[in-house]
Parts: sequence; structure tokens; C-alpha cells
Amino acid sequence: MKKNIILYSALLVFGLVAPFLFPAFKLQISFMWILVILALTWDVQGGQMGYNSFGNILFFGIGMYVCAGVQIGMFFPLAEWTASGGEKTFIHTPPQYFQGFFIGLILAGIVPAVVAATIGYGILGLRGHYFAICTLGLGIAAGEIAGGIELIGAGQGMTTPPWPKGIGDTELRSEFFYYLCFVLMVATFVFLRWAYQTRFGLVLNAIRDNEDKAEAMGIHTMRYKIIGWVVSAFFVGIAGGLMGNMVGYIEPTEIAFAGATYGVFMVLMAILGGKGTLWGPVIGAIIFHIFKEGFWIFFLGWQYVALGMLIVIIVVFFPEGIMGWLREKYPEKFGEVIDEADRKAQVELK
Amino acid sequence: MDLLIFQAPILMVQALMDGILLGILFALIAYGMALQWGVMNIINIAQGELVILGGYIAYTMYLMGIHPAFGVIVSPIIMFFIGWILYKLVICRVVDRDLFISILATFGISILTQQLMNFVFGADVVVAQSNFGTTMLFDGSVTLPNSKIFSAFVSIIFAIGLVMYMKKSKLGRAIRATAQNARAAKILGVDTEKVYAATFGINAALCGVAGALISITFTLHPYVGLPYTVRSFMIVIIAGLGNLPGVALSGMGLGVFEEFADYILGTEFRIGSVFLLLVLILVYRRFKLSRKREYLK
Repeated sequence: MKKNIILYSALLVFGLVAPFLFPAFKLQISFMWILVILALTWDVQGGQMGYNSFGNILFFGIGMYVCAGVQIGMFFPLAEWTASGGEKTFIHTPPQYFQGFFIGLILAGIVPAVVAATIGYGILGLRGHYFAICTLGLGIAAGEIAGGIELIGAGQGMTTPPWPKGIGDTELRSEFFYYLCFVLMVATFVFLRWAYQTRFGLVLNAIRDNEDKAEAMGIHTMRYKIIGWVVSAFFVGIAGGLMGNMVGYIEPTEIAFAGATYGVFMVLMAILGGKGTLWGPVIGAIIFHIFKEGFWIFFLGWQYVALGMLIVIIVVFFPEGIMGWLREKYPEKFGEVIDEADRKAQVELK
Repeated sequence: MDLLIFQAPILMVQALMDGILLGILFALIAYGMALQWGVMNIINIAQGELVILGGYIAYTMYLMGIHPAFGVIVSPIIMFFIGWILYKLVICRVVDRDLFISILATFGISILTQQLMNFVFGADVVVAQSNFGTTMLFDGSVTLPNSKIFSAFVSIIFAIGLVMYMKKSKLGRAIRATAQNARAAKILGVDTEKVYAATFGINAALCGVAGALISITFTLHPYVGLPYTVRSFMIVIIAGLGNLPGVALSGMGLGVFEEFADYILGTEFRIGSVFLLLVLILVYRRFKLSRKREYLK
């Protein structure tokens, strides 16, 4: 336990000083924390609950649009803002900016959570591949529909409010967003770490292992499934709101409801790290991000080809992930007691 | 919202005919999906990409100066081998595993295929001109391109041919036996590995036919594959596995739905409405099934 505290505090200190250690990579590391959040929240259903969703990007996009919409709509007419496109006819003052941003972020968490709770009863009743395909359709339908609504800029997308003038340069802006991302990531991690230790975590694992039996034991599985989805929608929504402001521009199918990129990344990162573990998604996201940036630099133009191959290779050859592999190799470190005789018998059987 | 369709009812006939002709094509793709789903228990997300790839083969022939309609013969042959190779490279490793693994693996193949097509054929929307002319009905108020009628005709021929092949031939019998019980088929001397590869190849060949037809009736673009996957998945769900008349009917139903959604909601919501319909159908199915479960209790 003492070792864990040292490890956690070391990581915390690293996260806090990272923007000063690597000033050139500030934005990159912030994206990495966002990806960690995506992987962690996907793992709530995908890994712990056994419901493999392709549609969590829906909440990401909703959060993004809600946050930007609130930020702008609180002070200016939204339709005129999107119609004006890139020209900045409306300018937020610093208090307006932060006020709008704060309220926007809160709503960016709450609205997706409400959406998740509403559609959850219908969709979480689906099992297995029906659930996977249904959520895939949901994410893409959302992108297509958002691309047809004029108020939020249709297919052209909309800009988020620019950083207000007079309170510092772009350096301050990137540090501000860096720490927001980091704090959100830590909050998500701590919350999930606590949640997995409670009855809630046990129920999620019971649903994954055998839902019918869990139901027969008297657990309201539907209630827990919806809670699980709401939790991940909440954090993903806030991450979406942050991401929209960080990028400064929202576009329906490439950024907000990017099912083919972020929607798959979150699944992939969790699988790469080892789904169903707490640390797996974090490790997976960090490794994936570093590799992805490498691809983007060295295979410019071929990055999606490399991505497709990466997906196939990871899924076909490493379905257990890094944590799963470690667990197989060093079971003692994970608190599993191994009966030597039993192990020998299994080896002989193989 | 464009309500022109209610002011001019003849447009409804137009939408209905277009929808039915389109739906027959969808049913052909869905038939391939039902085949591999039933036999191998795999949901192939790359189905739509195989369709588009087959279309690009026909388009390449068109560029070389051959009439694209011959793509209907050439494209399935090439696609059969592509499917076979794909099976040997990737699919054979995921057949017995968790369904989610196969979905994700084929998703990876789908992204890969999209990008490769983008590199080879460019990101432009292309169409192979068939110069088939159009048929006018009701004094020219309903126009049907002959290429669409041709494509529906060819789809029906291929579908019937495949059904006959499944019933009569030795391989067809082996495929049906494997679908019923893979283990028992193996014990009785069926080489299931070969059957799986052949099934995947046949599915790819069907996609090739459909793609060649799409290249002359509609447009090709590297990134429009996923809607075809979703449509075929939807058709298979509505019809149920192994229900061939159902596949044809629900395919036509989907085609008609799409055409009407196009007229009523506008073209920008067309794909969105397809995906939304998928979600609605799945949710409806879940409530229907859960009611049945309660009844059984």
C-alpha cells in the first residue's frame, strides 16, 4: 500500500510539472489526458460491464455542442454566431468567457448523462453484437443529423469562443486547458477507482460474467447498467466540452461525432491496455497516443492505413491487452493465489 | 422540410419504384451478410467496403473502355479471391472467438480498405456511364433509368442462382451442414475450414456483383461503405437469419423507406434516417422479445 502512495504521488507530480518540463508538447499531453478519459469511461461498460459500445462518441459530441452552444448562447444569438462563420463579430469579455465556460462544462456533463439515462432503458436491453451495432448506428446517426441542423452550423461546423484578449497569451491558454484536462482525468480516475471498490463495481462485474444469474440473484441489472452508462456519459461529455474549446472548432463528423477516429480509439486503447482493469485503459491510452503521434509524423498520408492495420493486429493478436498479459505472467502481483499443483496439471493438459 | 411529395402524388409512384429497385440491390448484399452470419457467426463491418471495392473494379473496366455491365461477371470472380485471401489472413483467426472481436477486426479491415481505395482511386465521387437510357411511365411523369431495372434483374438472377447452388451442389450442402452444426459436420468429414473460406469468398463475390451494379446505377466514393453494411445488417435483423423471402421483402421495404425519407426529410438526412431506423428497429425488437420472455414466464 505504501508503494502505491509513492507511485500515485510521483505520477501526480509528473502530471503537474509536465507542461514546464515539455513546453513544446503541452497540447499533445492535454490530448493524451482526454484520450485517457475516453478509454477509462469506455471501460466502464466495455470492460467492467461487458457491454461493448461503439457509440460513446455520441456523448462526446453532445457535450461538445452543448458546451459551445451554452458559452455562445448565454451572451449572443447562436444562429448569428454560426452564420458569421470565421469572422469574429462577437467577442467575449474575460468574465463572460469563464462564466460561460464553467456553466457550459457543467451542462456538457449533465445533458449527455440525461440522454444516456433516457435512451439507456431501450438500448441497454440489447445484448452482445446487437448492442455493439446499435450503438455504432447511434453515433453515426447523431453525426449525420448534426450535419443537417443549421442552428449549429450544419456540415461546416462552428467555432468555439476564442480565448479572451487582455488576460494573457496563448501560453496561458494552453496551460489553462492542460490543467483542466489533467484535473478531469484525475477526477475520473479517482471516481472510478472508488466506484469499482464498492458494490457498484461488483455488480458491474457480475453483469459481465453472467447477467441472467445476476438478475436471478435479485440484482436490478438494468438499473446498474443505466447508472454505468450515465457515469461514463457524464465524464465523456465534459471531456467533449473541453476538447471542443481546446481545438477551437467543431465539425460534426470529423471532430464531434468522429466514430471512425475517437469512437474507435477509445475501444482500441482500452483493449490494448487490457479491458476490465483499472490501469489498463490508462496505460493503453498513453502507449496508443505515443504510437499514434509517431504514425502521424512518419507515415503522413498513410496514417489511417496504419491505423486499420493496428486495429486488426491488436484485436487479433493481443485481445487480452498489456494488463492481461502481465496478469498471466505475474499473477502474484495481482493478488491471485496460485495452486502450484493445479498449475502443473493445467500445463500438462496443454 | 420539402412536402412536394404530397402536392404531386405521382412522385410517390416514382419513390416507390425507385425504392423497390434499390431495395432488391440491398437484399442481394444482405443475402451475403446473412450467409456468413449464419455459417460463420461473424458480422462483417467491412461488407460495405467490399461492395464499394467491387464497384471500383467495374469502374476500372469502364476506364479501360469495356462496358461496365460486364463488371457483373468479372467483379465477383476477383472479389471471390480477395475474400478468400482476407479469410486466410484475418478472419480465420477470429471465427471461433468472441463476436465483439470479429466486429472490431472487420472494422479495422473496413478502415484499411477505405484508405487504400482512397489512395488508389482518389477521393472523388465517380460513376461508370452505362448509356442504357431511361424508361418513361405515365406520360413521362415517372422516369426509371434502365440501368436500375437492369441491376434489379441481375440481382434477382444472382440471388436465385445462389439459392439453387446452395440446394444442389456439394459445396452448398457442406455449407448448409456447417451452418447447422459445425462440429457434427467436421466429424462427418466436412472440411469446415475450407467451407468457411468458401463462404467468405461467396459473400465477397456477391458484394462484387452488387458493387458493379452500384457503379452503374449510383455513385462510388471510398467512404460510403458503412451505410451499406448497416442497411444489410438491418435487413437481416428484420427478416431473421435464414429467411430468404423475408430478406427480399425487407430489402425492398428499406429501399422504399429511404426514398420517402429522401423526399420528405431532405437528402441531407437520408443516411442519418437509415442509421436512426436501425436504432429504432433494434430497440423495438428488444421490447418485443422481452415481452415474449415475460409471457413465457
